[in-house]
Amino acid sequence: MTIQTKKEATALIVTITGRMDAVTAPEYEKKFSELITAGETFFIVDFEQVDYISSAGLRVLLATAKKVKGVSGKILLANIKGGVKEVFDISGFGTLFPMHDSLASALSASGC
Amino acid sequence: MSEKFNKIVAANVEKLPEITEFLQECADYSGLDPKKKFGLLLAIEEAFVNVCNYAYPDHKGLIEVSCDKVDDSLVVEISDKGIPFNILLLPDPDISLDIADREIGGLGGYFIRRFTDSVSYRREDEKNILRLVVNCLS
Repeated sequence: MTIQTKKEATALIVTITGRMDAVTAPEYEKKFSELITAGETFFIVDFEQVDYISSAGLRVLLATAKKVKGVSGKILLANIKGGVKEVFDISGFGTLFPMHDSLASALSASGC
Repeated sequence: MSEKFNKIVAANVEKLPEITEFLQECADYSGLDPKKKFGLLLAIEEAFVNVCNYAYPDHKGLIEVSCDKVDDSLVVEISDKGIPFNILLLPDPDISLDIADREIGGLGGYFIRRFTDSVSYRREDEKNILRLVVNCLS
């Protein structure tokens, strides 16, 4: 898994590539802790290139979302599809997070 | 005709990539479609991580994963010699709760059930054996 960030006017775009599993998920949590400590509060996480997620991945998404909520921030998720979307749907996580079909849609929502 | 493959690794989450690679090869060999393969890999990760975390209190022990093509199904068994534990007895998580109330965890057993065609647990020869079956045709 690799994590890249890009600052936009209204949000920080966090692009994840690869697998979010029990081995890689802690990297996600660590990265977000650093970003929150650095003062970031509004995130769009791009899942376009995430091809696998397990409960360990969902666990860090949830833990991170709680931290972001704690600093009155927000996380939007974009481009969740395929098997990853099925995992979100079956676990009920699809209703826990605001989900967008494209980065453009998430960015326009973040400007509100 | 039946061809069985197996892989034995230390009960350590860091070994997950080896198990994943092994199962990917088994799935491809069996002609499992991408959707079923995704589900199988997910179910096995959940079972594997559970054994790593709970089976061996001293965190020393082995996990064996075997793959067997039986008729039109791929049968995967994951076994350990740790303390007796049946992950299938865990209750389903409440997936309707809001983000603030949602417990972290509890999804492993649920995913194992949802992403396979059938799953069963048995205790045999002082081993926990979880048997997962995915149909290669549907």
